[in-house]
Amino acid sequence: MKTVAEFNIRYQQLLDDAGQPTGPLPDFARDPAQLHEMYRVMTLCRLFDTKAINLQRTGKLGTYAPCTGHEATHVGVGAAMQDADVLCPVYREYGTQLWRGVTLAEIFIYWGGDERGTNFAGPREDFPWCVPIASQCPHAAGAAMAFKLRGEPRCAVAYIGDGGTSQGAFYEAMNLAGAHALPVVFVIVNNGWAISIPVGEQTAAQTLAQKAIAAGIPGVQVDGNDVIGVREVMQAALARARAGEGPTVVEALTYRLSDHTTADDATRYRPAGELEAAWQREPLLRLRRYMESLDCWDEGRERALREDCTAQIDAAVLAYQANPKASTDSMFDHLFATLPAHLVEQRETARRYAVGHG
Amino acid sequence: MAKVTLVEAINLALNWELGHDPDVVLLGEDIGKNGGVFRATVGLQERYGTLRVQDTPLAEGMIAGMAVGMAAQGLKPVAEIQFMGFIYPAIDQIANHMARMRNRTRGRITLPIVMRMPHGGGIHAPEHHSESLETLLCHHAGLRVVCPSTPARAYGLMLAAIRDPDPVMFLEPTRLYRMAKQEVLDDGLALPLDVCHPLREGEDVTVVTWGAMTHDVLRAAEQLSLEKIGCDVLDLATLSPIDHGSILDSVARTGRLVIVHEAARNCGLGAEIAATVAERGLYDLHAPIRRITGYDTVMPYFRLEHDYIPSVERIADGIRETVRA
Ligand SMILES: Cc1ncc(C[n+]2csc(CCOP(=O)(O)OP(=O)(O)O)c2C)c(N)n1
Ligand SMILES: [Mg+2]
Repeated sequence: MKTVAEFNIRYQQLLDDAGQPTGPLPDFARDPAQLHEMYRVMTLCRLFDTKAINLQRTGKLGTYAPCTGHEATHVGVGAAMQDADVLCPVYREYGTQLWRGVTLAEIFIYWGGDERGTNFAGPREDFPWCVPIASQCPHAAGAAMAFKLRGEPRCAVAYIGDGGTSQGAFYEAMNLAGAHALPVVFVIVNNGWAISIPVGEQTAAQTLAQKAIAAGIPGVQVDGNDVIGVREVMQAALARARAGEGPTVVEALTYRLSDHTTADDATRYRPAGELEAAWQREPLLRLRRYMESLDCWDEGRERALREDCTAQIDAAVLAYQANPKASTDSMFDHLFATLPAHLVEQRETARRYAVGHG
Repeated sequence: MAKVTLVEAINLALNWELGHDPDVVLLGEDIGKNGGVFRATVGLQERYGTLRVQDTPLAEGMIAGMAVGMAAQGLKPVAEIQFMGFIYPAIDQIANHMARMRNRTRGRITLPIVMRMPHGGGIHAPEHHSESLETLLCHHAGLRVVCPSTPARAYGLMLAAIRDPDPVMFLEPTRLYRMAKQEVLDDGLALPLDVCHPLREGEDVTVVTWGAMTHDVLRAAEQLSLEKIGCDVLDLATLSPIDHGSILDSVARTGRLVIVHEAARNCGLGAEIAATVAERGLYDLHAPIRRITGYDTVMPYFRLEHDYIPSVERIADGIRETVRA
């Protein structure tokens, strides 16, 4: 027997756990303005999360999927993308979405049980949140196929969780993307858990990035708590895709520093000590330490940023709470370009029996 | 006898059958250590181990497909789909294999599988977590479809479903999981899989419903009784096959039929019931048959869900109009 193919998976980390460079850094990592912007959105995510959880706990928001711990991955991906690219998110990648122009109020409105939250005023071509796990992956491949057919220098980015990589749709999308060298990047957010299932029970694969190998495309791992590393790896993958060289799978290693959603209780299944250990590697402090080492961040800036974010979040809460319930007509009015007759009739019935009518 | 909720009754039935039949194996996402997102399987992995109560990878097509393979080998898989809205990847396996293996192999391979899934809305859940898709399953020959409306019925029907030699789709109304407690005797006694259950007797109109809607229909019937309108309320319970005989008997007495379901109207199960009564009971009818259902829209996000699900008022109005027609 002879070896006919061999593969390896590379791991990228540009800032270590203490926020120190592991080697030469890309230009953007030495530009305070760019660092500040990434840190700003990461901080916004963290504070938004806390607010959203509080709103849910006090009955003012529905079930909510927090993002705490994922900020570096989400912001690193957002910062690497171009405006004309298309994002296919799952449900907790707010950092990327905020970067791309989704608003805090839209996120609240969605988790507040209202479709209007998905009618993004900013990124009009981005897909809405995708709850049926992995079903977004083929959409990204399809969008990438459209870019390829039209010869546009645009890319699609699909998110997928570690649990999601067990679904057929994920493999199917990667396979198609490889077969046609499509301009798409699949970002696996490996946060260690799929609700109560640790990644080690989800698969025997040593890495999730290696799932790319069977589709004939490169797979790379990155420290998902290192925003510099994530942005750099994503920029390379997107540049490759834009140049017509095909898709990449990026596995970002991070940790879910929260319950799965506000309906979940991770103390039922998470081993003692794991969460505390993961907090030692959390992404905001790492970037902050790095900025402090460059002398471009201090306590005063931190305080001002937090105040600014809090004001923005409070304004979004007000906008969300001022948003009146949609009419029952809204159940019907977006089903078809032209509403069929039987639905016109049902729309009347729905008006008559609207909750709180009369 | 203990008072238990519907979800606790399901847990009792699963526990009974795991304890009495070594072939029973539970499968699903987060059903082990976490005990299921609704806690239907809580404590069972501790008691029966990680092979008999298995957490699976996140893939519904695989769950249904592995259930087929296990059942073909003589096991009795009871698989959970975390929410009915996530059944779609499993439909390939359910429709193309589970439902027809007995027929294709002329009875050589049979599949005693139960697919459990939370059903319906009204619990303030995120999108895709509130679907009523019974029609999707009832349309396939070879599947039984069940939907309990009380803890005792859930217990007895679950035992029957596991013991049945064919695939049973077991729909668990999320709105009822913790709604009310009922005395349930944990005696291992199953209920039949092909009869409906009279909930209330009345002379003026037959009202057929199932799952969570039974409770709203009973409230409407209570209101109407003050107006001297008597509702003969039937909990369908087994959605496929349907106990048409009991429905026709009731319609023969009342002369009127109203069907209430949460699922969309178009091709809903109400149409099947109405058509059968039109075919076999038309001369008993004094008034047109009426359906009171969810609208033919997407199940809205939760802010509008109670505008979608038929309200007690809509049900009462519909029944009243039918009786006074
Ligand atoms: C098809 C499908 N099955 C089940 C679910 C229920 N569910 C929601 S999130 C989740 C786990 C997802 O884990 P992972 O992919 O790792 O993403 P994470 O939540 O960690 O970001 C499950 C099972 C779903 N949304 N869709
Ligand atoms: Mg995960």
